[in-house]
Order: sequence, then structure tokens, then C-alpha cells
Amino acid sequence: MSAAVYRATGVARGLETVGAWILGALWILPLAYAFWTAFHPGEFSTRFALDAPLTLANFVKAWHAAPFARYFINTVILCAMILVAQLALCTLAAYAFARFEFPGRGILFALVLVQLMVTPDVLIVENYRTMSVLGLRDTILAIGLPYMASAFGIFLLRQTFKTVPKELDEAARIEGCSPLQVLWKVYVPLAKPVYLAYALVSVSYHWNNFLWPLIITNSVEARPLTVGLQVFSATDQGIDWSIITAATLLTTAPLLIAFLLFQRQFVQSFMRAGIK
Amino acid sequence: MTRATRWLYGWLLLLPAAALLALFTHYPAAATAWRSFFSTPKGARPATYVGVDNYAQLVEDPIFWQALSNNLWYAAGTIPLSIALALLMAAWVNGKLAGRGLVRLAYFTPTILPMIAVANIWLFFYTPEYGLLEKIGGALGLPAHNWLGSKSTALGCLMAVAIWKEAGFFMIFYLAALQQISPYLAEAAAIEGASRWYFFRRVTFPLLMPTTLFVLVNAVINAFRLVDHIVVMTRGGPDNATALLLYYIYEIGFRFWDTAYAAALTMVLLTVLALVALGQFWFLDRKVHYQ
Repeated sequence: MSAAVYRATGVARGLETVGAWILGALWILPLAYAFWTAFHPGEFSTRFALDAPLTLANFVKAWHAAPFARYFINTVILCAMILVAQLALCTLAAYAFARFEFPGRGILFALVLVQLMVTPDVLIVENYRTMSVLGLRDTILAIGLPYMASAFGIFLLRQTFKTVPKELDEAARIEGCSPLQVLWKVYVPLAKPVYLAYALVSVSYHWNNFLWPLIITNSVEARPLTVGLQVFSATDQGIDWSIITAATLLTTAPLLIAFLLFQRQFVQSFMRAGIK
Repeated sequence: MTRATRWLYGWLLLLPAAALLALFTHYPAAATAWRSFFSTPKGARPATYVGVDNYAQLVEDPIFWQALSNNLWYAAGTIPLSIALALLMAAWVNGKLAGRGLVRLAYFTPTILPMIAVANIWLFFYTPEYGLLEKIGGALGLPAHNWLGSKSTALGCLMAVAIWKEAGFFMIFYLAALQQISPYLAEAAAIEGASRWYFFRRVTFPLLMPTTLFVLVNAVINAFRLVDHIVVMTRGGPDNATALLLYYIYEIGFRFWDTAYAAALTMVLLTVLALVALGQFWFLDRKVHYQ
């Protein structure tokens, strides 16, 4: 299927195209439905008429019905905080694993990889207790802390750093660079595409993360968008679907717009992150 | 640099990440195991050692068994379907398809949307009377059906959401792998007279095996780790028909505050994940890798 000789021809090709399009339509349907409902008055939310008037009233109502501005700020702080910490911590750790010999390296690396399986999402009860002991419950920091040392990030950067020619490293040392300067001047610049890929994956993961933030926060000051959206749609609105879908689109808009603008980078980043 | 300095450098570079990992991954995993042998502290009464009482409770707890079996059905339903769809999508998008970019966009978009938002939209889909599914059913003359409210269909509805959300994500990895397969293989096979299906079965699919393993492991972990949509759509109901393991842990731990029992339940989840890890190594040992 990967090469020209095995491409479908004639009727088969037509069928494949139709199949691909039907599946695509099916896949975009929920989102299209949400757009329809959000941009039309309530009475059209389940009635499809071509002459239905467009309106932004649902968005205005949703925006004023809950502190979404605050939730947005919280989410941006959360994603930025996690990303900066992840980049710093994972870079240092990956550098150690890729270029330094020290006792216990193998075991420590295996211990790091444990987090690929046992993600913080499944250790909610114990981590909640730890946050209580630390006095961090209901803070943005508490949402982010368990994710800051990321096994995935360490693994990804280690693989990348290992491909950097040792000669470059040695040349920089002969010039008198310290190990940290070598890291900063040689390794980090060469890994830029990987950093971009990792950043996109990380931000979309934490923008969307829900269960842990739901558990660890209980005030408007700390809640991210996902939790705010849930609180909003579960309690305040009854079943006013136009407003709920408007709020839903509102909360996903930044990511969705970024994705549409940088589609190629997104897709390539996810690919790059997966291949390693 | 002397050897000792190199050692020191390695350890110091690792220290910040290792400290956080130890605090939020290794310690809680160990503490969970420890606490599963104690009672839940209540008020002035501290936790006391109770041996395997929590596990005995677990064996007797019909909701636990239901959550576990729900989760296994959920995994068995979502994993093969989303992987098969991902492969199909990748094969289509990799070919010369009219409107390829748009189709790829449609497949991939669910990946970047939050599960919580997506669940809201699907909830509307499934709503009795107003929902799109009911409208379509009504137009076709089918009797009214409460999709999320009836025990027979609720879990299936959640599975549909998961498959829809994940297939496009997995497609990306297959797409990357397909693009790395040399076109000469297909030419050689065609000269030998291999049919299209034969070529896929004997050449493409085996070459995609490492990708399939990677995707499979991710799919299994997600099947046990992602319960956001349950919180929004069913809250485990009706009658625990959609309670998955992690959701049940969440309920026990944070609605009933029975942390000791939640610890025992978490141990079951950790065991499942450990089995997945072992399975992965066993698979790798059998040389799935063709590189």
C-alpha cells in the first residue's frame, strides 16, 4: 500500500476515496455539530434549517456565566510552568544519561522509565496526600508538580543527544567550555526541532488534562479551563446546550486555532515524538 | 575531568529530575502498597495494620469486579478497533487521495481536543429526545432509546468516544512508519507477482510491527488511565455499567474518602500496568523489531 505499484485503480480507487471521505466526515461531525449549536440561537440547536440566523450571543452568555478569563490565565500559567520546568529538568537528566558514565546509570534509567507506565494520573490518592502534607492543595503548582520530571521528555532528549557527534562535544571542551556550557552551546541548539515537538505535545497534554486538576483544586483561583468547563456545564446551566457548546468551543479555541495554523508542525511533532 | 568528577556531574545533573520522580512516582507507588495493608484513619482513630483485609473486601466487592470486567471489555473493544482504524486511515492518507490534507485534518483533530470538551459534545449527541442520535433514529422510525441511560448501551457509547478520539492519534505513527518503507520493496513484490493483499500481509504489516507494538502499549495504558469522559457523561452509571477501574478508585478515594481501600484498588491497577510492561518486554524479546 505504500508504493505506486500497489495503489488502487479504477473502481477500487473510487471506493477508497469515498470511504476515506465518509470516515473523515464522520470524524469531523461532532465538531461541526458543536459549531452549529454554538453559533445559532437555542431553538436551532437540534433543528437544522439553512436560514437559521447566526449569533454570538451564546459565547457572550457563556463568557459572563463563569470566570473563564481567570480559568484561561490559570491554564496558561500551568502549561508555561510545566513546560519550562520540564525542558530544564529533562535536558539536564537526558544529558547525564547520554554523555556521562556514573555508577547506577542503568538502574536509574530503568527507574525513570517506570513513569512511562505508572503515570501520575493513576497515583491520585497518594499524590493528593503528599500535596496536603506540603500544604499545596488547591494551587496551580500542585497541578503541575507531578508532571515536571517527565520520563517521556528525558527519554526523547537522551535519544537526541546520543546522535550528536562526540567530536563536536570534544572540540567545545578543548575550547575551554565547561560541561554545562557544552550542553548549552552544542547539544541544545542541535535538538531544537525535538524541543519544539516536545513542547507542542506537552502543552496540548496539559491544556487538556482533567482528572488530577479536578481532584487537587477547588477554587476559581487555581482551576484550569477543563475543570472550570466541567463545573460550569455540570451545575450552572441545566441543559442549555447552546451555551454549553459555546463554552466548550471557547475553552478549546486557542489550541484549535493554533492547530489549524500550524497543522504541519503539529502532525510532524507528534510523529517525531512517537518515532524515537 | 577525573572519573570522580564525571560521576559527580552525572549525579548532579540527574538530581532535580530524580528527586521529583521519586517524590511523585516511586514514593506514591510504594506508599500505596504499604497503605493497602492498613485501615483508613477516621477522625481521632489512626490507621492500624489490618493485614489483607482490604484485599478481602476487594474480592467480595461486586462493584470492583464489575469495574474490572467493564475495563477489560472497554479495552477489548477500543484497542483493536482504534488500531485497525488508525492503520486504515494511515494507508488512505498515505496514498494519492483527492483532498488528502483535509481528510488527514479531520482524522487528527479529535486528538488535540480535550477529552472533557469532546465528552460534552458527545453527551449532547446521545441526549434523549434532543440528541442527534435520537433525531436520526426518529427519522428512520426507530423507537426512542436512552443511549447513556441504559445498561446495555452506555459502555458502548463511551467506547465510541474513545475510539473516535484515539484513532487519529495512532494514525500519525502508522503514517510516519509507512513513509519510511522503501518503495523498492513494492516494486520487487510486484515483479514476483504478489497480490496487493498478500503484499500488505507479508511485507507491510510485518514491517509495521514495531509501530503496532508502540501503539498497542499506548492504547492499553490509555484504556486504563483515561476516565475523563466518564466523569462528564455517566459518572459510572447507570448502575455501575460504565465504572472503569480508575473511575472507581476516584470514587472510593475522593467521594467516600476510603483511602485504604482505594490503595488496594490502585494496587490492582498498578499490577495491570506492570503486566503490560512485562508483556512488552516479552514481545520485544521475540524480535518484533525488524530494524
